[in-house]
Amino acid sequence: MATLTINGRSVTLEVADDMPLLWAVRDYIGLTGTKFGCGAGLCGSCTVHVDGEATRSCVTPVASAAGKEITTIEGLSSAGDHPVQLAWVAEDAPQCGYCQSGQIMQAAALLANNPDPSDEDIDRAMKGNLCRCGTYNQIRAAIKHAARAKMAGADVQSGNQEVSA
Amino acid sequence: MTTRRQFLKVSAAVGGGLLVGFRLGAPESAMAADGTLASPGSMGVLEPNAWIEMHPDGRTILTISGSEMGQGAMTVIPMMIAEELDLPWGEFDTRFAPADEAYANPALGSQVTGGSATVRGFYTKLREVGAATREMLVQAAANRWDVPFDELRTEPGVIVHTATGRQVEYKDLVADAARLEPPEDVFTKDRQDFRIIGKPTKRLDSPQKVSGQADFGIDARPDGLLQASVERCPVFGGKLQSVDAAEARKADGVEDVIELDHGVAVLARDWWSADQARGKLSIEWDEGDLADLDDDTIDAQFQERVKEDARAARTEGRGADALGSDENTHSATYRVPYLAHTTMEPMNATASVTEDGVTLWVPTQAPGSVQQVAAEVAGVDKDKVTVHTTFLGGGFGRRFETDFVREAVELSKRAGRPVKVIYSRPDDVRHDFYRPAAYNELSATLGDDGLPVTWVHRIAGPSIWSRVAPGMVKDGIDPAAVEGAADHPYQIENIAVSYANVDPGIPVGFWRSVGHSHNAYIVESFLDELARRADVDAVEYRLRLLESGSRDVGVLKRAAEMADWGGEVPEGRARGVALAKSFGSYCAQVAEVSIEDGKPRVHKVWCALDCGIAVNPAGVERQVHSSIAYGLTAALFGKVTIKNGRVQEQNFNDYPALSIDQMPEIEVGIVDSGQPPGGVGEPGLPPLAPAVVNALASLTGKPIRRLPIELGDEA
Repeated sequence: MATLTINGRSVTLEVADDMPLLWAVRDYIGLTGTKFGCGAGLCGSCTVHVDGEATRSCVTPVASAAGKEITTIEGLSSAGDHPVQLAWVAEDAPQCGYCQSGQIMQAAALLANNPDPSDEDIDRAMKGNLCRCGTYNQIRAAIKHAARAKMAGADVQSGNQEVSA
Repeated sequence: MTTRRQFLKVSAAVGGGLLVGFRLGAPESAMAADGTLASPGSMGVLEPNAWIEMHPDGRTILTISGSEMGQGAMTVIPMMIAEELDLPWGEFDTRFAPADEAYANPALGSQVTGGSATVRGFYTKLREVGAATREMLVQAAANRWDVPFDELRTEPGVIVHTATGRQVEYKDLVADAARLEPPEDVFTKDRQDFRIIGKPTKRLDSPQKVSGQADFGIDARPDGLLQASVERCPVFGGKLQSVDAAEARKADGVEDVIELDHGVAVLARDWWSADQARGKLSIEWDEGDLADLDDDTIDAQFQERVKEDARAARTEGRGADALGSDENTHSATYRVPYLAHTTMEPMNATASVTEDGVTLWVPTQAPGSVQQVAAEVAGVDKDKVTVHTTFLGGGFGRRFETDFVREAVELSKRAGRPVKVIYSRPDDVRHDFYRPAAYNELSATLGDDGLPVTWVHRIAGPSIWSRVAPGMVKDGIDPAAVEGAADHPYQIENIAVSYANVDPGIPVGFWRSVGHSHNAYIVESFLDELARRADVDAVEYRLRLLESGSRDVGVLKRAAEMADWGGEVPEGRARGVALAKSFGSYCAQVAEVSIEDGKPRVHKVWCALDCGIAVNPAGVERQVHSSIAYGLTAALFGKVTIKNGRVQEQNFNDYPALSIDQMPEIEVGIVDSGQPPGGVGEPGLPPLAPAVVNALASLTGKPIRRLPIELGDEA
C-alpha cells in the first residue's frame, strides 16, 4: 500500500511496493498521459517529476515515491498552457506524439533548473528521451522558444497558423 | 466556370444535417460495404460513406480516412476537404474512420495507411467531396434567394451574392442543402485559388499531444479490463509444448493463465503484475525447424542461391552478357541486415468479445485487416466487429500486421472479459515482422569515359509480398524486393537486375520505404564507387547518366545548390550525395559527416524533395526530418542478430535509436514541379544512408558495403 501525492491530489493505492510508479499511475490512477516505452529507463517516455526532478517512472518503485510530490503531464498545467507546452504547439513539435509527454516533462525540468540552456545543455538533458519520429530539431527549437518566453515573462504565441484568407 | 449544374437525389440526413460522401471515382467493389456506416435516417438517398457531416447548429465533423501515426493525416485530410468546401480552417471537429471499405485509399485499393499514400491517394477524391458539398450549399442559397447559381461565390463558411453583397452562413443552409441532390459533375479549384493547400499549416493534434490527452491504443481502458503479457516461443515458428503455470497463477493480481498455440498469456488487472508473473512460467517449447538458424547460415543461403534462383527483374540491352574484361569491370558485394521497427508505442491491442460481437481499440494502419482477423478469430461476421482506430504511437509499417490483434481477440474470447495485450519492449524487438535482410552482388563495366556501359545487380533475400499477398509476386519477382534497384533512373546500355527469393524463415514485413530502404543504399553507394574509380565528381557523374530535364535532375541540382556542392567543407568533414525516387516523389540529399572517436557523425543534411504539390509544406518538412532520423538510426545502429533462430537484441540498449545529440541539422528544399502530389512519409529515407556512406568513403577512401556502418580500424 502506498499513499502518493499526484498532481496535488493524495491517493492511496493497494498495490505492491515494487510496482513501478508508471503502472500505478496508468493502471490504478487512470492517468494515461505517461507512457510505457521500454520498461528499463532507456527511452524516457515515462518521465514524470518527483519533487521537481525528471524521473523515469518505469523504474521507480511506487513505494519510493510515497510522500513525495509527483507531477505527470496532466498536472504540468491546468489547461495545457505551461510555457513548454505552448512552445511545443507553436513549434509544431509532435508527430506521433507518444514520446512527447516524457519529452515535455524532461524539458520542463531542464528549464526549471536552467532558464537559458545552451545546445550542449539541451543535448545533455534530453538525450535520454528517444523519439522515433525524429522531432528532435523541433524539440530543440521549442525548448529555446519556451526559454525565451519565460525570460520575457510573456506567454508564447499558440494556436494554429491562420491559413484562411 | 460552368453553367450546367445538375443536382440528383434528395437526401434527408439526421436532424436535417447534411451528410455527404461521394463515391467519386471509387471502385465498384467498394460499394458493397456501404450499409454498415449509415446513421439511421441518412440511408436511402445519399451514400453514407461520409467524410463530411454538417449540422444546422454550425458543427462540422470531418472523418479522417487514414490512421494518424505522426505523419499528419489528421491535419492534411481536413486541409484537402476544407480547401474545396471553403470551410474556415480549424472550425470543425474530426473523428477517425471506422473500419469500412468506403474509406479505402484510392491509391492502394484498401483501407490501409501506408505507402506514403494519404495525400497522393486522397488528393482528388477529398477535394471532390469538399467541392460537391460546397456546390450543394451554393445551390441551396441560389434556391432560397432565387438567383442563378453562377452569381454566387463562397468565402470561408459563407455564401455571397456578388452583385448585392448579400451573405448567408453555411449553417443556415445546411438543412436546405440536405434536401438537394449531390452534383453529377464537380468542379475543383485551380491551384492559384487555393487558400489552404500549399500553406504551411500546424498540426491539429498538438494540443492533445502536449497535454497527455491523446488516446493511443495502449490507453484503452474498457470496463472489466484484464491486461495480458504473453510469453511467445523465442524461436520463429516454434510452438508451445507444455507449461507449468502453478507459480504464475499464485502471483499477486493474476486472474488467468491461457495457453496459446505459440505461447502462454498471463492476465491480470494491471499489465505489470501480468508481466511479473509471466517470469514465473515454466515452459517447454517445440522450437520447430529454425532453431539452428543464425546470421551466418542465413548469409550462406543467400550466397548459395543468388545466382541459382535468380529471376530477371529488368534486362536492358545485352544484360549480364555484356560484362567486359576484368580490368574494366568493378564488382562489389553489399549486405543489409534484418531490422526491427521499434515504434515508441509497443505493439498492443484491446479486444472485447461478447455475445453481440467484438469491439476493438487498436493503433493500426489497417483497420480492415483488424476487422477481418477479429471476425475470423472470434467466429463472427465482419459486421459484428467494431474497430476503434486510436492514435498510433508510430507505425512505420509494423502496424499493418495483426499478430497482436489475434492474441487480444482470442484471449478476450477465452477469458470472457475485455483484454488488452501489450508487448514488452523485448517482445516488440523479438517478435517483429522485420525489414528483410538482403545480399547483393554488383558488377559494372566502365567505358572509356568512365561511365558504366553494363550494370549487373543480383539480389537475394526474403519476400514480403509472398506472405502478405502472393498475387503481387509475378514471375518470381517481389516488387518490394527490387524497387529502387530494378527501376533506377540511370541510363546504361546494358542492365541486368535479378532477384532470388530466399526465405530463411524470419518473418518479414513492411518497414518505412520498404525495398527502397536498402536498394537506394546499394545502388547509390555502388554508383559512387564507380564515380571514384572514374575520378569524376559524384554529382557530375550522376548528371551524365540521367535524362536531362528530368525530375531526378531537378532534385539533384537543387540539393547540390543548397549545399554549395563543390564549395568549401570544414576541416575534417566530407560530403556525400545520393538520389532516389520512391512512392512517386524524387529526393536528393547531401550529407556532411566527420569521424569522431572512430565513429561517424552526421552534421548536416540538405534535402531536396520533389513531391509534386506539397499540400502541407510544414508537414512535408517534418516528414523529411522524420525519414532522415529513421534512416540514420538504421544506418548507424540498425541490426537484429539471429542466433539459434532467435533475435538477440531486446531493448534500446542493444537496439539503439538516434538521440537528440546525434540528430543532424537539416535543410529542406521543396522543389515545386507542379505535378500532382507524390508520397511524403517515406521518400526522404532512401537517400540518407548512401549520402552518409558516400561521405564517409570520401574521408576514409573505403566503400562501406554493409549496414549498419562499421568503420573498422582505419577510421
